[in-house]
Amino acid sequence: MNRELKSVGKGVRKKDAMQLLLGKPAYLDDITPRDCLVVKVLRSPHAHAVISGINTEFAKKVPGIAAVYTWEDVPQKRFTMAGQTYPEPSPYDRLILDRRLRFVGDAVAIVAGEDERAVNRALRLIRVKYEILPPILDFRAALDNETLVHPEEDWHALCEVGADNKRNLCAKGEEQGGDISAVFADCDVVMERTFHTKAVHQAMMETFRTYTEIDHFGRLHVISSTQVVFHVRRILANALDIPKSKIHVEKPRIGGGFGAKQTVVAEVYPAFVTWKTGRAAKMIYTRKECQTAGSPRHEMEVTVKLGADRDGRIRALDVYTLSNTGAYGEHGPTTVGLSGGKSIPLYTGALEAYRFSYDVVYTNVQSSGAYRGYGATQGIFAVESTVSELAENLGVDPVAIRMKNMVREGQIMPAYQNEPASACTLDRCMLRCAESFGWDEKYPVRFTSDGKIRAAGVAMAMQGSGIAGVDVGSASVKLSEDGFYVLRIAAADMGTGCDTILAQMTAECMDCSVDDVAVFGADTDASPYDSGSYASATTYITGRAVEKACIELKEKICTLAAEMLDCPVSELIFEGRQVVRADGSASVSLADIAVKSMCGSDIALEATSSHSSPVSPPPFMAGMAEIELDPETGTVDILNYKAVVDCGTVINPNLARIQTEGGLVQAIGMALTENIQYDDRGRLSENSLLQYRIPTRLETGRLDVEFAPSYEESGPFGAKSIGEIVINTPAPAIAHAIYRATGHWYRELPILPEKIALDLLRDGKGGK
Amino acid sequence: MEITLTLNNKKITADVPPDTILLDFLRERGCPSVKCGCETSSCGLCTVLLDEKPVLSCSVLAVRTDGRSVTTLEGLQDEAAEFVGFIADQGAEQCGFCNPGYVMNTIALLRENPDPSDDEVRAYLAGNLCRCSGYEGQTRGIRAFLDARRAGKL
Ligand code: FES
Ligand code: FES
Repeated sequence: MNRELKSVGKGVRKKDAMQLLLGKPAYLDDITPRDCLVVKVLRSPHAHAVISGINTEFAKKVPGIAAVYTWEDVPQKRFTMAGQTYPEPSPYDRLILDRRLRFVGDAVAIVAGEDERAVNRALRLIRVKYEILPPILDFRAALDNETLVHPEEDWHALCEVGADNKRNLCAKGEEQGGDISAVFADCDVVMERTFHTKAVHQAMMETFRTYTEIDHFGRLHVISSTQVVFHVRRILANALDIPKSKIHVEKPRIGGGFGAKQTVVAEVYPAFVTWKTGRAAKMIYTRKECQTAGSPRHEMEVTVKLGADRDGRIRALDVYTLSNTGAYGEHGPTTVGLSGGKSIPLYTGALEAYRFSYDVVYTNVQSSGAYRGYGATQGIFAVESTVSELAENLGVDPVAIRMKNMVREGQIMPAYQNEPASACTLDRCMLRCAESFGWDEKYPVRFTSDGKIRAAGVAMAMQGSGIAGVDVGSASVKLSEDGFYVLRIAAADMGTGCDTILAQMTAECMDCSVDDVAVFGADTDASPYDSGSYASATTYITGRAVEKACIELKEKICTLAAEMLDCPVSELIFEGRQVVRADGSASVSLADIAVKSMCGSDIALEATSSHSSPVSPPPFMAGMAEIELDPETGTVDILNYKAVVDCGTVINPNLARIQTEGGLVQAIGMALTENIQYDDRGRLSENSLLQYRIPTRLETGRLDVEFAPSYEESGPFGAKSIGEIVINTPAPAIAHAIYRATGHWYRELPILPEKIALDLLRDGKGGK
Repeated sequence: MEITLTLNNKKITADVPPDTILLDFLRERGCPSVKCGCETSSCGLCTVLLDEKPVLSCSVLAVRTDGRSVTTLEGLQDEAAEFVGFIADQGAEQCGFCNPGYVMNTIALLRENPDPSDDEVRAYLAGNLCRCSGYEGQTRGIRAFLDARRAGKL
């Protein structure tokens, strides 16, 4: 960059920060009318059953009940709730209400009434006869099981993802490069290890929620806490079997998403009620519903086979992933891809051959979905743990082994669609991390005076920046009176700060202050098309659309200025607050140009641009954990976590830092406390925030985040992405540290104190 | 049941069913800052002051506030505005959904202990969950405020 940046790279306050901190109304339930139908869903008590009879007569008679719907009332056309670009890779396997129930919590009936009391009473009065079927609760037993989760004939997949409902298969695939068998045969060391990660929850503080009404044009107006307004529109049109033109979707401020709200979890129920009754309706998920009928991370079993030389050169990686999509296929075919696709390329450095294969299976637990990291988290836990074990076995320093094998800038990554690592400072991230963390002092195992063990572990990670060749980001920029701009987007700020960082980019391009940019979105009628905020796409993809729109708008502004100054456009220079003639002889202010555009002008001072990228440049990261382990109780305390991130240019250092810290803490929860346990009837025990233990502020340790920016030519101002990668290093780094402290490798998450304590007891190293 | 209470310094009388939860009562009465994040008294999002003491409004019946005073963030805008800017300067508000709860609890903390250490802040706010920020930015914001106040810069 030749010009000094004024807004980009600055830690400006988020545009809505003060309003949010002062508790002003911003979220769905704050801004939608209270006077509307309350919608709730009767949920299946069985993991697998067919409704053989359902009587809603008593329920309908409860005073205040407006409607009760069962499977007989809904359109018989299958769809997917996955918020993905059409044609969705996720199979069309859902009905709004189905006669077959596929998990404990699946929707049996919809009840709408004047208030919660009436609806709760009606829910209790619905009489259902279930024909109970054997459930598939173990995903290892799902493939080709005689019990089928989706035996129905109208199940169908739009894309070639290897799905086959008659085999409980949601997706299947394989890719490889090089002669994997030959390289393994030639390796000094070959290790094979299997890892298990569970269907952990996003646990965003604002649960799923949607408000629907019929507007004065007779259209279905949907306000939803969603990351993907345009996908919601299409999915609702599919589900209700009505034209998309009849639907208008907008999102208010979202109270957290992390991918959960990339699936249309709640929307169909109130939308169906409103479409049928003509009345406004609202559905707010309870925390229990969020936990039991949400869209958590895919449970995966990842087997890593690694071949290396005695000196620690990693020559071959073979990753096989078995993924559990649960009862429905939302994001099943795509999340699995990242478990190999974002772990193997980390070791491009010396890799001679690789293979990645997978099966994604249906089972009778709640459907999984999208959660920050999207499969990469699971795959990186497995591959990074294996590499650390290799290092420990060979007696090579775990940092050194990574320096020897990691992907470097400029390398082509065969396991990453042959994309180049066009901008990559992973080496600097690792070295800086080691230096600042004090790896050499913290890596050796130490004992405290009270008998606790201190140890350290390391991991590295990558992710993507948007979905190459698929994601579309758009921005509309408009000049208004006084010379301020309105930026319209359909990316969704869910706390990530994209409203602000896209305004920073606009301000940079238009040479104005961030305060001169008002942000609006997201709204399917008013915003330009955007696939939505997921896949770490917003900064990288939509940011570029902002840049393009600004270039176009500047040209239009200059065209109008040329008319006003009566000179050729080529002689004009755009200077932010004014447009001047190159020779300095005349100028016109931006405010005057804006006013002129509103009186007798035929030039619209507004520009809309879209952007899509043929590549998905990975951000990179190194992370190191120092723990203190109590051998008597097995308790692991995080003392320090150091992270160094290469997200390309950092657009807003404050927001990037908090994104990182937040991701680290979520991942600490995944590593140590967030458990998922189903009983033998398919009921989840962790169905509340009491049982499902997300970290409190006493459990995070000290977080220390730094950036080692590269410059990605294809990104806006050199930026890549930050949102997801930050969740990928803690689990393997902590598991590594626990190995150092105990001598045990834990290959299943979470690593609970009781597991550690029991192992140490058996070893004779534990408590009394 | 008819109850009379002081809500944000205004005396109000209301007729409420006896099982109404204070959280719902407050949201219905123009206090949307009070948020709900769970059904198990686990998240702290619903924190309000009852007779000046922080309570979880999801775990208090509205009728229990009869004759008492309830304060929500709507009633403490100035006191909150003194320090929340420092949290904004960290970018730690994130999704914002948990903010009113821990801002209320921070107000309670600072009234009890005007100059807490970082660990005291963490301990007092331990019941206020946040899924976005990783907490450290919130602590840094409060620290920056305390330091500025101590240095007489406010
Ligand atoms: S709503 Fe969660 S503690 Fe009150
Ligand atoms: S900011 Fe989102 S939960 Fe705290």
